[in-house]
Amino acid sequence: MLSVKYLTKNFDGLVAVKELSFDIREGEILAIIGPNGAGKSTVFNLMTGTLAPTSGKVFIHEENITGLKPYQIVKKGVARTFQTTSLFDQLRVIDNMLIAYKWRTRLGFWNTLFHTPAWKSQHDQAARNALETLDFLGLADKALAFIPTLSQEEQKRLAIGIALVCKPKLLLLDEPTGGLIQEETERIALFIKKVRDQGTTVCIIEHKMQMIMGMADRIVVLNYGQKIAEGTPDEIKTNQAVIEAYLGGDVHA
Amino acid sequence: MITKPLHTKLLYGFILLAALLLPLYVPDPYMFQVVIMSLIFAIAVLAMNLIIGFTGQASLAHAAFFGFGAYGVAIMTKAGISFWLALPAAASISALIGLIIGPPALRTRGSYFAIVTLAFGVIVWIVAGNWVQVTGGHNGIFGIPRPTPIPIPFIGAIEFFDQPAQYYLVLVFLLLTLFIMHRIVYSIFGLTFMAVRNNEPLADAVGINTFTTKLISFVIANFFAGLAGGLYAAIIGAVSPSVAAHLLTFNFLIFLILGGMASLAGPVVGAFAIPILMELLQDLGHFRMLFFGVLLVATIIYFPRGFVGAVRQLNDKIAARRQAKS
Repeated sequence: MLSVKYLTKNFDGLVAVKELSFDIREGEILAIIGPNGAGKSTVFNLMTGTLAPTSGKVFIHEENITGLKPYQIVKKGVARTFQTTSLFDQLRVIDNMLIAYKWRTRLGFWNTLFHTPAWKSQHDQAARNALETLDFLGLADKALAFIPTLSQEEQKRLAIGIALVCKPKLLLLDEPTGGLIQEETERIALFIKKVRDQGTTVCIIEHKMQMIMGMADRIVVLNYGQKIAEGTPDEIKTNQAVIEAYLGGDVHA
Repeated sequence: MITKPLHTKLLYGFILLAALLLPLYVPDPYMFQVVIMSLIFAIAVLAMNLIIGFTGQASLAHAAFFGFGAYGVAIMTKAGISFWLALPAAASISALIGLIIGPPALRTRGSYFAIVTLAFGVIVWIVAGNWVQVTGGHNGIFGIPRPTPIPIPFIGAIEFFDQPAQYYLVLVFLLLTLFIMHRIVYSIFGLTFMAVRNNEPLADAVGINTFTTKLISFVIANFFAGLAGGLYAAIIGAVSPSVAAHLLTFNFLIFLILGGMASLAGPVVGAFAIPILMELLQDLGHFRMLFFGVLLVATIIYFPRGFVGAVRQLNDKIAARRQAKS
């Protein structure tokens, strides 16, 4: 459904991503892994318009979305989360959800000013959707809570929820379990599988090998901004280049 | 979305009643004038609150837009146009100018946006003082007609020559502004403003065009700044470059900070309390400024959300203590 074609990004001479190509297939969980500084997050930023690529293109369903702004790419059905948990932390949980649903509505200035029939129905629909998603997240009872009162895990979950509320076709997760303990990580992993089973394709950046091997359908491995391997978890486990990248170049098993 | 508790509703009801009956108990015409000015400033500060408090963009050109409204009404009504046409026209011109300078100004962020808008404000002030043919230069424009009487069949007409009539006129516009701000702030549309203030990259990532959102907020704020300016011109009957000066912007800003940012009550409280306090401390002469300086610094350090924020904090604490007891 989404194709990355020969994507390259230079930061003042430093090549962060080089000639990277891969596809995300409908309904799968694709993991992007690699050592620190391999360019994983940069790839996400290039895919979602946060950064403009030096060269190369990104397609969704054959449509070229390279160069679009982040808020435009969301409208193509690609939602993302950030590596550091990013929320509207001055607002309540429900407000976070409503904001993320806004682009699907026509709740602009005039409709809001005059409380038109369209405003009423769309407002109700947004609220219903937000509550449904909160229910799915297991945060329904926290709807009116302020963000700082939530636990780390709840915040991570909400960050995914914000991306999910507008019902994207593809969800990009940047280290959704960073900083969480084993038990919490497992719960988030189960949750991500649930998201996929509901029909959302998932692409995930993660460090925790055990978790990735258990959940991903396919894995893309990056090192120094280049793809060094792609395949199923079993293929990746035995891939020589991957072992070298992770254990250091000199090891020859 | 948020339903206010009963005692808050009662408080607001009481304040409204007190406002409606004010002409009956206001002590003297001078104080009455101070109150009328406060109402006008409250409209301007509410508008400033939208762009600074809710959207997080420190626009320091606010008095310039107040000035566009004031000069607009002054020039148009002196040319014989009805006040009721001139006022919305002047406010719209103010909004339109905001729409024109917004895009280049909003390309900058944070303090840079503050500096750009401040510079624009100063330019407007200088132009107002020197474009003699249009603005009357430093002398300004005198003899601006009072708001055109509203004819009412069989009874006569509502005229705006005495203070009570002017007071109610301004009060109606303040309530209208409050009503519109309330609609904006307590809506998903308004939440997008707060989203931009709170976390711009995330707002962008969830499909909010942050640039357009800021621009809309800026234009709405400037419309109401212009409206307040237009009312000022017609009530006072004269305008001079000081109505567009950056000093006035900082007055608004002080009202906003002391009253309480990002709340609807804060700007009104600030615009009222400070001028009236100023009058009460008249005897202190210039030493008043010392008092206000200390008050401002203390507020920013200890109550960053102003008077209204402090009351809310207190309210929350009491509620928490009650909960702990039960």
